[in-house]
Amino acid sequence: MTAEAAAAEPEAPEVLVSVRDLKKHFPVTKGALRRKVGSVRAVDGVSFDIERGHTLGLVGESGSGKSTIGRTLLRLEEPTDGTVVFDGGDLAGLSSAALRKVRPRMQMVFQDPHACLNPRMTVSSIIGEPLVEHLSMSSRERNERVEELLGLVGLNPEHANRYPHEFSGGQRQRIGIARAIALNPDLIVCDEPIAALDVSIQAQVVNLMEELQDLLGLTYLFISHDLGMVRHIADRVAVMYLGRIMELADVDDLYEHPLHPYTRALQSSAPVPNPATEATREKIVLEGDIPSPSSPPPGCVFSTRCPEAVDRCRSEVPVWREVAPGHGVACHLVD
Amino acid sequence: MNRPTPALRVTDLTTRFNTQDGTVHAVNGVSFDLADGEVLGVVGESGSGKSVTMMSLLRLIPTPPGEIAAGEAIFEDGDLLSMGLDDLREVRGGKIGFIFQDPMTSLNPVVTVGDQIVESLTVHQPARRSVMRARALELLQLVGIPSPEDRLRSYPHELSGGMRQRVMIAIALACNPRILVADEPTTALDVTIQAQILELVKDLRAKLGMAVIWITHDLGVVAGLVDRVLVMYGGQIVEDALVDELYADPRHPYTQGLLASLPSAISRGQRLVSIVGQPPDMRQSPTSCSFAPRCPHAFDRCHGENPQLIAASATHKVACWLDEVPVLVGTAGATTGEGGDHDR
Repeated sequence: MTAEAAAAEPEAPEVLVSVRDLKKHFPVTKGALRRKVGSVRAVDGVSFDIERGHTLGLVGESGSGKSTIGRTLLRLEEPTDGTVVFDGGDLAGLSSAALRKVRPRMQMVFQDPHACLNPRMTVSSIIGEPLVEHLSMSSRERNERVEELLGLVGLNPEHANRYPHEFSGGQRQRIGIARAIALNPDLIVCDEPIAALDVSIQAQVVNLMEELQDLLGLTYLFISHDLGMVRHIADRVAVMYLGRIMELADVDDLYEHPLHPYTRALQSSAPVPNPATEATREKIVLEGDIPSPSSPPPGCVFSTRCPEAVDRCRSEVPVWREVAPGHGVACHLVD
Repeated sequence: MNRPTPALRVTDLTTRFNTQDGTVHAVNGVSFDLADGEVLGVVGESGSGKSVTMMSLLRLIPTPPGEIAAGEAIFEDGDLLSMGLDDLREVRGGKIGFIFQDPMTSLNPVVTVGDQIVESLTVHQPARRSVMRARALELLQLVGIPSPEDRLRSYPHELSGGMRQRVMIAIALACNPRILVADEPTTALDVTIQAQILELVKDLRAKLGMAVIWITHDLGVVAGLVDRVLVMYGGQIVEDALVDELYADPRHPYTQGLLASLPSAISRGQRLVSIVGQPPDMRQSPTSCSFAPRCPHAFDRCHGENPQLIAASATHKVACWLDEVPVLVGTAGATTGEGGDHDR
């Protein structure tokens, strides 16, 4: 934040990531010549901001494009269209050399703690690798930093020379987090970081992520299908369906006043761990499956499953509208 | 409470795996009853022994390395664990149906859906082929598959995950089983599809009246579906209670911890309550309470003696020394300070 901006509007939160009309289409090829016969519209025109130090939750079913957004944000995938502005600079146009300078500030935590760590590297070389790549540290400095990082994520620094298979799932996820914070990033994209963990370990890892956020001022994009956990950790939540954002609002607003029929159905589908509530609450059970992103339905992409759809929904794509400050929705039926 | 003869009575089931790294004590003396028409939830984390327990009942454990070391499972006057293989084959897929987590690996990819249902009927209820085809069609309708005539000729890869799981359910129900065992059947599915399957199972249970054993790690699914819950930890049942009682009054510290660790609408801005430490190493023989290293209330006896499931009330059993000797709770609280595990 520049000094002038801070002086003029001390309360205004600074936007760290600004995504506008982002699209990522994957080509579908056929035959020996790999002729392009169509495209999978994994992400089809999404826009959102993430404020510094805040957490944006991204929820949706598999195939809705959540992970693709995360990867495109870090330019692990080249966007088909649209812009990603990170801390004032557009990432889309950057050369690979310029991108390499920005990369340390954006990191990722992956879903599968078994697949994301090299089984032949010790923990200290896994966590030290980004330090070798991006900083010029002596090996002593590096070892000190690795020990500090292990301490930060709640692992015993004496275990630095062990291999990933010697750790449990939750501990491995801590190693992944230590690697992600090694370079003091601004943004961490967390792609289903707790989905592969047992219930009793999920709370540990989420607590750690929140502690680190407070301590280091991290900004998270938290991708998850667990609506309960997103409600706990996120400040704002975007609900995705078939490559588009259906609704985006502050967390309490979204959970207490969901406007989009899909948001309501998604919330209603999530089982509540309380037998009394479960026995009485009204459930919206959607029919059918999520359509293929290679041939999304015309009009509103949710119209094929929407219990409230009218003719207009099947022909006309709903425009994104802000219905209340900070609460946007893409639905014809919302006034 | 005077319960009628249960559909299934399991006593002291013990399953071990003899591996190169030592013996894994996967299931340690599990006992429970299942009443006819009852929906029983089995909750636990990975490695808690919930799947191995149910697989052991139908002797689906690969032996070796697996070994059902002890126990008895009485079903219709026979012991599933000792009966002959021919008799067991009658039970498997006939009187007890099974649904697995991943329908793609349980369905045969090169056989049509219709033929896979007919196969199950051929084994257990052979009839003329046209009769069995008609029954297959009826089953697909029953599990809510759209345009069932066409789907009979479909291969599994042509169906979505939710539809495949419906086919699995159709196969499991083909012979009108007395018990349906479902092993994490919705874990691989999206929430909206999970909601469909849960509604379907509730509906089918009401229509067909079979008993259901539903294995899951999801406390939310259990709350909405089952009558009674078994909580498993370290290969043992640590708590056995009616679903309302379990959520309203969890007695075992593990159950309490699990329920407390769930995020809620009011947990925002606060840290979640977490169970410290890591899941148990199943290679150690169960001579102490397997939850003791993570338990905030553990005292000497917990580390030296393994508690057995005892009845706290007619409908609530718990395996915890605290529950047996409630006066010790106070002194136990004083020792929790040594749990330096918080820093791990």
